[in-house]
Amino acid sequence: MSALTISGLNKSFGGLHVTRGVDLDVQPGERRLIIGPNGAGKTTLFNLITGELTPDTGSVSLFGQDITKTPSRDRPHLGMARTYQIITLFGKDTIIHNVRLALLGLSPMRWNPWTNLRRDDRFTEAGHKALARVGLSHIADRPLSQTSYGERRRVEIAMALAQEPKVLLLDEPFAGLSIDERRDVHKCLMAIPRDVTIVMIEHNMDVALEFAERITLLHFGEVIVEGNRAEVVNDPRTREVYLGH
Amino acid sequence: MNFWIVLTVNSVTFGGLLFLLASGFSLIFGLMRIPNLTHGSLFMLGAYIGGSVVIGLFGFKMNFWLAAVLASLTVAALGALIERFLLRQLPGDQLAQVLVTLGISFMAADFCLMVWGGDPMSVATPQGLGGFARVGGAVFPLYRLAIIAIAVVVAIALWMLLDRTRLGAMIRAGVDDPDMARVVGIRVSQLFTIVFALGAGLAAFAGIIGGPILSVYPGLDQDMLPLALLVVIIGGAGSLLGSFVGSILVGFIYNFGQALLPELAYFVLFLPMLLVLLLRPQGLFGRHVP
Amino acid sequence: MIEIFSATNKLRFIALAIALVALISLPFWVSGIYYINVGSQILFFAVFALGLNILVGYAGLVSLGHAGLFGISAYATAYMLQQGFGHTTAVAVALVIGLASMALFAVLSLRSSGIGFIMITLALGQILWGLAYRWISVTDGDNGIPVRGRPAPFGYSLTDPVNFYYASLIIFIVAVAMVFIFVRSPFGAALMGTRDQPRRMNALGYHVWMIRFYACLFSGLLTAVSGILFVYYTNFISPQTLALTSSAEVLLMVISGGPGTLLGPIVGATLVVVIKTVVSGFIERWNFLLGAIFVAIVILVPEGIVPGSIRLWRLIVRKRAAAPPAPAATTERTP
Repeated sequence: MSALTISGLNKSFGGLHVTRGVDLDVQPGERRLIIGPNGAGKTTLFNLITGELTPDTGSVSLFGQDITKTPSRDRPHLGMARTYQIITLFGKDTIIHNVRLALLGLSPMRWNPWTNLRRDDRFTEAGHKALARVGLSHIADRPLSQTSYGERRRVEIAMALAQEPKVLLLDEPFAGLSIDERRDVHKCLMAIPRDVTIVMIEHNMDVALEFAERITLLHFGEVIVEGNRAEVVNDPRTREVYLGH
Repeated sequence: MNFWIVLTVNSVTFGGLLFLLASGFSLIFGLMRIPNLTHGSLFMLGAYIGGSVVIGLFGFKMNFWLAAVLASLTVAALGALIERFLLRQLPGDQLAQVLVTLGISFMAADFCLMVWGGDPMSVATPQGLGGFARVGGAVFPLYRLAIIAIAVVVAIALWMLLDRTRLGAMIRAGVDDPDMARVVGIRVSQLFTIVFALGAGLAAFAGIIGGPILSVYPGLDQDMLPLALLVVIIGGAGSLLGSFVGSILVGFIYNFGQALLPELAYFVLFLPMLLVLLLRPQGLFGRHVP
Repeated sequence: MIEIFSATNKLRFIALAIALVALISLPFWVSGIYYINVGSQILFFAVFALGLNILVGYAGLVSLGHAGLFGISAYATAYMLQQGFGHTTAVAVALVIGLASMALFAVLSLRSSGIGFIMITLALGQILWGLAYRWISVTDGDNGIPVRGRPAPFGYSLTDPVNFYYASLIIFIVAVAMVFIFVRSPFGAALMGTRDQPRRMNALGYHVWMIRFYACLFSGLLTAVSGILFVYYTNFISPQTLALTSSAEVLLMVISGGPGTLLGPIVGATLVVVIKTVVSGFIERWNFLLGAIFVAIVILVPEGIVPGSIRLWRLIVRKRAAAPPAPAATTERTP
């Protein structure tokens, strides 16, 4: 059974057709890279998968279960987690509190109005564990306002990992990072075990190429090429899209 | 029969007044993204200032229409000052701006009470419009017909302003997308002042025009502000057509409600708002949910 | 986050103890019924402000219709008593009506947040004001409804101002404790998350609408309780209590003290009640001052008095601790 199946997905904004009949089939444990130039509709595709946008037509299934009509807030509970290209964190809080919120989102405890969250060791321990996976547990108590951009990227990833997703959607996890920071993030991603299926968007092909097994090239909302690394890189249509002829 | 005709004319008249008040409110909302909570106060100030000049309270007397223009210009200038010296202090912070307009509305209410006291001020109908027009078997007060005519003229003028002039194009661009407007080089801040002053002037004009039929009294501001709010929630923020339709609608419900269900009139008044909120939260002619 | 006192827990505990002793002993060192009554007013308005602060401070939803909710509970109490029901029934009905109205408010206004929420709550508050003013057969319009007598729970007649003060104090302490616990709880953290990043919270699996709805109910509960205390205090309710001015007053309590802090609304309520009481001795009209304070606070101390003074205090403490002045090695960056 596929981890994530998308078929015939369409989405228009006004007259702008941003997703055109996209089909996607991602196997469990796969590392899928979605590339494409700016405006190819990559982030829109993610928003359609996570349910933040509703598709005009088409369907999305997670491990065989049709989730097209499932509200986006319920999808994390089914094992889908995402990160954002534009870092979206809780800026007034500490790193550990950000991760705690990610953990709490899937716990029935989130409706509990009387215990002390900070004193709840289960959340603190699990939070530290998730932060350790991205190498940040030593600065867990640091306020987010005192962290670097690269560290914030890793907090994003830690929050997604903390939810122990079956399918993880990464939206340009390398965007805006220095070379050193990229290496750190790359290390975190390589360490994610195979029981997590990963779909990653990247604008820049070189960065994420070695990470992916299968690559989908999106252009003007359409799947142009799909295949393994060599197939996509060597396909003339890829060159066309990227070299702009 | 006559009862219904009179009620209908009253409704349209009140709708016309509301349009003068709410169109400015809606434009300010569309452009600056804030409900201007001083709008009721500006209406009341216009009524008080204009009325005082008409009855010669400040030592000089003026013709009704001249007084109306004078009051509108005064209040428009006041609006420009509020925008420039207070709201400008809080750029982009809509919440703070709303709270400032709320604070000013209380100051204005108390100021009016200090200057004009607690007794209502009645404003005479302008000369030549005190009579009635007979059409068939029905009798219409001339002044109410005049208000309707004025509202229609203002509506057309506003539409021309928005649709046919450079200023109007800039306002429309600002309503659609303030960031985009800034990018294409429109001086949004100046536009804010102009629109705020325009809205204030229109509100004051509505106040003085409405004086002869509503009279002027403390609390008039708090009676009018929710109506403007209502029109904009129903019609949609930033839409001239929405303000027009919303005003007439509210005018009808207000007058018919008063006549038929006096105790629950205020409640009935807000029913269409509840429907709009549930079924079409962006308003009948609006594009964005506020 | 919600640090009321910057120093250690011990210091915090001492401050709390002093505050408690001061509040409990107030009737003994304050001379005259007048001041005890001012104290009661501060207490129940503080409960009201704590309730509004749940929305304004912790949910990021500014309501300008809370006086309507406060008033409808007061009206319900007065109406039930007028119809000859007992105090227990009247209070129970008032709580139910207050909460039900809040739920209705929430369903209608939670369709938007931000400015839309302000507008809709303002309009809804005006509906309740209009009903109080116009629905004469029930509310007697402008004349209002008088309330005769206060209840006497466990034999303590609240007609005695000192007893009423203590009853208000108990309810105040319970309210503060509830908010204190709520803010530290997982649900409180979730609520503040929806204030700061609603979209992210949704993507993390939270039901943002439902979280806000429950927060509204909590706010409505405190509002209804304070409304009931109010009507027993004044023994009278009229439409003026539901006017926009009253909504603005309680909002001023919250934002002047410091929204999103526990102490803020309490300080704000004290400030507003004291100014109002003192000023009414000199000038007849309080509205001008109310408006002026509003404008001044919003422009000059937007974060409120409590966070403002904490910031100032930390600045002083840090300066002292940092002497001799260390080289500028602060790695702090503002985002």
